[in-house]
Amino acid sequence: MSPREPTAAPLPPHLRQLESESIGIIREVAAEFHNPVMLYSIGKDSGVMLHLAVKAFYPSKPPFPLLHIDTGWKFRAMIEHRDQIAERYGVRLLVYTNPDGLARGINPITSGSQLHTQVMKTEALKQALDQWQFDAAFGGARRDEEKSRAKERVFSFRASGHVWDPRNQRPELWNLYNTRINQGETIRVFPLSNWTELDIWQYTRAERIPVVPLYFAAPRAVIERDGQLIMRDDERMALRPGEREQVRMVRFRSLGCYPLSAAIESRATTLDEIIAEMLTTRTSERSGRLIDSDEAASMEKKKRDGYF
Amino acid sequence: MTATSDTPAGAAERKGLLRFLTCGSVDDGKSTLIGRLLYDTQLVLEDQLVALERDSRRHGTTGEDLDLALLVDGLQAEREQGITIDVAYRFFATRRRAFIVADTPGHEQYTRNMATGASNSQTAVILIDARKGVLTQTRRHSYICALLGIKHVVLAVNKIDLVDFSGERFHHIVAEYLGFAAPLKFSSITSIPLSARFGDNVVRRSERMGWYEGPTLIEHLEALDVSEGLDEKPLRFPVQWVNRPNLDFRGFAGTVASGVVRPGDRVVVAASGRESTVQRIVTADGDLTEARAGDAVTLTLTDEVDVARGDVLAHADARPEVVDQFAAEVLWMIEEPMLPGRSYLMRIGARYVPARVTSLKHKTDVNTLEHIAAKTLGLNEIGFCNLATASPVALDSYAENRATGAFVLIDRFTNATAGAGMISFGLRRATNIHRQALLIDKTARTRRNGHRAAILWFTGLSGSGKSTIANIVERELHEHGAHTYMLDGDNVRHGLNRDLGFTDADRVENIRRVGEVAKLFVDAGAIVLCSFISPFRAERRMVRELVEADEFIEIFVDTPIEECKRRDPKGLYARALEGKIKNFTGIDSPYEPPAEAEIVLAPSPLGPEEEARRVLEALKARKIIG
Repeated sequence: MSPREPTAAPLPPHLRQLESESIGIIREVAAEFHNPVMLYSIGKDSGVMLHLAVKAFYPSKPPFPLLHIDTGWKFRAMIEHRDQIAERYGVRLLVYTNPDGLARGINPITSGSQLHTQVMKTEALKQALDQWQFDAAFGGARRDEEKSRAKERVFSFRASGHVWDPRNQRPELWNLYNTRINQGETIRVFPLSNWTELDIWQYTRAERIPVVPLYFAAPRAVIERDGQLIMRDDERMALRPGEREQVRMVRFRSLGCYPLSAAIESRATTLDEIIAEMLTTRTSERSGRLIDSDEAASMEKKKRDGYF
Repeated sequence: MTATSDTPAGAAERKGLLRFLTCGSVDDGKSTLIGRLLYDTQLVLEDQLVALERDSRRHGTTGEDLDLALLVDGLQAEREQGITIDVAYRFFATRRRAFIVADTPGHEQYTRNMATGASNSQTAVILIDARKGVLTQTRRHSYICALLGIKHVVLAVNKIDLVDFSGERFHHIVAEYLGFAAPLKFSSITSIPLSARFGDNVVRRSERMGWYEGPTLIEHLEALDVSEGLDEKPLRFPVQWVNRPNLDFRGFAGTVASGVVRPGDRVVVAASGRESTVQRIVTADGDLTEARAGDAVTLTLTDEVDVARGDVLAHADARPEVVDQFAAEVLWMIEEPMLPGRSYLMRIGARYVPARVTSLKHKTDVNTLEHIAAKTLGLNEIGFCNLATASPVALDSYAENRATGAFVLIDRFTNATAGAGMISFGLRRATNIHRQALLIDKTARTRRNGHRAAILWFTGLSGSGKSTIANIVERELHEHGAHTYMLDGDNVRHGLNRDLGFTDADRVENIRRVGEVAKLFVDAGAIVLCSFISPFRAERRMVRELVEADEFIEIFVDTPIEECKRRDPKGLYARALEGKIKNFTGIDSPYEPPAEAEIVLAPSPLGPEEEARRVLEALKARKIIG
């Protein structure tokens, strides 16, 4: 399958530059590491990253599997999309859930977002990387997402135990990435480092990359909790006294565990409308992520613990 | 749906990216300037603004005003310390262009971060505090920009509000800067008076400087032409990955570093000189009729020539140099000093190759640009060096081609990125070296000798018993009829190496020479016993790599330092402890114990005869002797 339809217009120059740069990074990992894996979170960034991987190795298939860390609380529409995508691109999909967390009944509602994220995402990721002995893991993070990400390397070095030390990262000059590691050390690789949220959407539109329908506005039943609009995706999330579901025209800018992903009111039902909305919007993408606002510099703390 | 052409996004669709770095000294206002660019191009969003107001109250330095610098100072550690400790990348777009800013720190010890930012930038904005004028740091930053190949610089004279928007002050600073920068040969220097804090001449034209008629900073950056003419340069295609989905397809994936390639072009593999013709330019979007600098593609060739990752494809009539020695400017980036003679891993293009600095010609004082004689390079120092690689590499000078003229050096034990290099010129064409073919080789000598050749490398602290044990081993080998020779620290230093002292650099050179001599003896079929403290792993490994894998036997005489001090056969420890000998291993100079010694000798209660016997046993087990 050719990922781009022949009738598509040529990419604008800055997207072409970003595309080539990312393809170069992805190929570098395939050439230098023994056992790489691509983290696939089902979101728009993961969609672009996978699409780039398919392009990088054409006519071969990407020489690594996808890994989804499933907390058990993703939107059902995300899981459906995930399985369709793996089939469409013909890539191997690994799914991992932290069995200890599952046994302890950790969940985003009563355990709190911090503990849930720590156990079901960060710990789960480390367990999965150890279990399959992956020496390099692609992530879809971008430098424009958050302040502590702005200094992240493209090849981010992790000491054994997946420890990220911001003061002990390798300088990256030119495109001469240092891919050397010792036993037990790993690298996280961010091929989308230099993309912005807008670039992601423009590229998704230009390349017709499928995205989870939750990104588009539709009438959905939501509750208002702590000032955020939350969509109850199943019965596990009980209503608090006084809460009631009401149908509103909403969409999601960022997708994660459903109790932690706030919707925004929107009328954007197409990619064109999403892009137009972004240009007038006045809040940042991660503001809908309840896990980031726990405390100041919370992303930096999570990263030190081994989060992406 | 409304068209997006009047929006920042529409703009980004029209022009490629511009990557620039900002540099200046500590309080020149870099972070404030970038904050201002983001704020005035409306990329600061409501929730970020709320966070900014909160942070301004907590950490801010601007009183009641928003502290825009806090928008960009990312990591908790540096917010608390009020300095920027690393390179941060920022993104914004205007109607005409999309930008990536490398925010690089002005702090003295972070030269390497500035070089990192400059390596991927097309232009640099050098900030000057209008009250302070051209400072030492300004000179240093300009020099590093020039060294890293930045052609266009913007001199941003900031805080102009604090000198009453004085044109006279501005022109004075510009004149001083132009005088200093002339030898750096920038293609363009554009000077702009501005106030990052209040936004004058950043995005909005200032109404308070009627005397200034030039562009605002953003107008200048939007219009700047930074095309490096990469398409007109000779074709360089570093092969990154060989794509073999099946037996019928063999493609070479990579990104065109310079030039243009088309199907039908005659190309050569630079290092081997083998020729072929480009058949197809394959991409997932269909075959292309040409690929230009920056395009990530996959090439197929008409012939089955041997091409691997790290090879460089070039047009047959415009090849890169293929050399194993070259001269380069090297910027050192780790605490442990660069030592001539030590083996590092060099990454150039898609290739890793062992390399040594064979000589350090001089280092450059980044403040005065003076050349200074030196034996080593420390963190953040820049030196002009000759380097030798273990095998020939294809390269261009950095001035001609940033992609094929740049390299990094990697520490072989820690894997730290230790140095960054910019190639000045090749020194020796590798193709001219033809080793004399010999009629009698090592195999023939081994057959006659009845034993195999090897280096027995005794390492350990002074007084550990290395030489004593080595002497007994040699005596035993000699009695068995083996050809042996002893190289000992003391006797070599009286002759071959009498020009060397005991600094780290000299210790490395000492071992390198001993290694080369030992290698000749191995080639002659002998068992060479080498007894050297040889405190550094890197040098022992260097010698190990000079000979075949089974010819180097590392023997670690693992006598504890307390025991060595107690023995102190030459009275050296006593003198070192009194401070009469400097750089004494184990006292004020480190010893790095071997991680993978073939033989480890803990002190035996039966004495050195017993230890020597264990060495001989091991040599039998390894079939060095019968």
